[in-house]
Amino acid sequence: MEPIERDLDSAELELFAEPMLLNVGPAHPATHGTVRIVVELSGETIERCDVQVGYLHRGFEKMCERGTWSQVFPYVDRCNYVSPMLNNVGFALACEKMLQITVPDRCQYYRMILGELARISDHLTCDGAMAMELGAFTPFLWMMKTREMVWDIMEEETGARLTHSFGRIGGMAKPPTDGFKAHTLAVIEHTGKVLDEVERLLLTNRIFLDRLENVGIISGEEAISLGWTGPVLRASGVPYDVRRSHPYLKYGEVEFDVPVGGKGDCFDRFMVRIDEMRQSVRIIEQCVARMADEGSVNVEDPRVILPPKDEVYSSIEGTIQHFKIIMEGLKIPPGEVYGYTEGGNGELGFYLVSDGSGTPYRVRIRPPSFFATSGLERIITGQMIADVVPCFGSLNMIGGECDR
Amino acid sequence: MAKALLDLVARRFPGKVLESHAAFGDETVVVAAEDWYAVHAWLRDDPASDMQMLVDLTAVDFPSRLPRFEVVTHLVSLRLGHRLRVKARVGDAEGQSVSIASLTPLWASANWAERECFDTLGVSFAGHPDLRRILLYPEFEGHPLRKDYPAELAQPLVPYRDVPNIEKVEPFGPYEGMSFGRMTHHLPRVTDPKAIQGRD
Repeated sequence: MEPIERDLDSAELELFAEPMLLNVGPAHPATHGTVRIVVELSGETIERCDVQVGYLHRGFEKMCERGTWSQVFPYVDRCNYVSPMLNNVGFALACEKMLQITVPDRCQYYRMILGELARISDHLTCDGAMAMELGAFTPFLWMMKTREMVWDIMEEETGARLTHSFGRIGGMAKPPTDGFKAHTLAVIEHTGKVLDEVERLLLTNRIFLDRLENVGIISGEEAISLGWTGPVLRASGVPYDVRRSHPYLKYGEVEFDVPVGGKGDCFDRFMVRIDEMRQSVRIIEQCVARMADEGSVNVEDPRVILPPKDEVYSSIEGTIQHFKIIMEGLKIPPGEVYGYTEGGNGELGFYLVSDGSGTPYRVRIRPPSFFATSGLERIITGQMIADVVPCFGSLNMIGGECDR
Repeated sequence: MAKALLDLVARRFPGKVLESHAAFGDETVVVAAEDWYAVHAWLRDDPASDMQMLVDLTAVDFPSRLPRFEVVTHLVSLRLGHRLRVKARVGDAEGQSVSIASLTPLWASANWAERECFDTLGVSFAGHPDLRRILLYPEFEGHPLRKDYPAELAQPLVPYRDVPNIEKVEPFGPYEGMSFGRMTHHLPRVTDPKAIQGRD
């Protein structure tokens, strides 16, 4: 064996006493969007941090000012690619608020069912990814499998798995398919079972609980001041849900609870999402029971809805009406409106300014993720570096929506 | 309910509410830019309005009008359940002197919202603690959501941020060739490209 020739005195480690800067992201596996977190560490404790977003900025709002109102739908799809249907419906409702039209009851229930399915897919993704990042891979796979079943419904209804572009001003692109109700009921039954299994697997897991409990605590007042809405706000004990406080569609008529958390830590944010999925299942069950099997899903207003195809191809009136809506865009009266719905991550608002032409003058989307991410700095300062992962995961930052 | 709120604002600030309307069910007041902070502070603190949350802050560009920009906030009271939109008009025709008081002392959500508004529309907020670009990068020229910014405009390429002697630095340690390396931690902004210039 060779003798150690190293002089131990001169090999003393130079330890840095000053804080160290560490760059997390923008391409880090735990930053599901693309976000860069610059942290200043003292040992393992975060003393200061700077959250930098914008890596997925695509000029969404500028692009919306170039087409017709209907051409905004594909853009809002791509804002939130985990629950695009909620964005579709939110934008459609804001436009309908300006046009002062109300879609038929069948369409309202249809929108609610699709929206709640999208919410389930959103929360499944968030909670599954959160568990995976903390080492629990099995629940992630179960939840992704369930999400795929939800997306099978979407694919059957809309033709697209992810970016549906299915909403229309004044209705939906297509009426529900024949097997829609049976398919939905089967999937939500399965969802309930998966949630029970996931809870059994995770909520008795010491490692999982230790990583989440008492980590990233934020009080209700602070969360309100930060503009947090949705599950992250409710986890801090503030029972604010747009569906309950300002009901739209038929949310005033269905029964559901608004789950709230106690402490506002990462565990509460995880559990609020699990409970919300159960409430979504309840809402879907009621809506499926109430949705009519027959009837139109569109308003009967030739100014906003395209005529049936057989009229377009056989009558001059139908052709002209189709041409005007497609080429000029439907005319929304001049003015401004703020339409808000409960998106997957909180209050999803659309501030629309119209000048009366067929093109939007200004489309401002109020992204819930943007405000949630702005609070990340506050909740991880003072925590350990390893806590960045559950804290960031629990906020469910959707890059497309945050950066637009 | 909310109509009463409009009257309340008009009574509290006589002559300062330039116009108000409730089109499409959204109550709106337009105030002068110099009253921006005072009106918001009152709306937040008065128990009759009790606007706990600043939901959104943005601006709209009207190049044909003077003042050119409309800064818009949406407020909500979670306790009373009412909402209000507040607007103020700022800026001259060239898009200069677009400045208004920052609301960051009142609501923490104003921080990023104002940064985004500054970034995309070039509205500067007096008193904001950290007014820098948020969605776009520091070298970006212009403000893309202004109506005079053409959507097709290509931005100049950002020159490579040169780090001197990058081949010679050790992969780890105090001289690692990154802008966020240990040598630069004392600088106020870690993303500042100048931070990596002065070292050899």
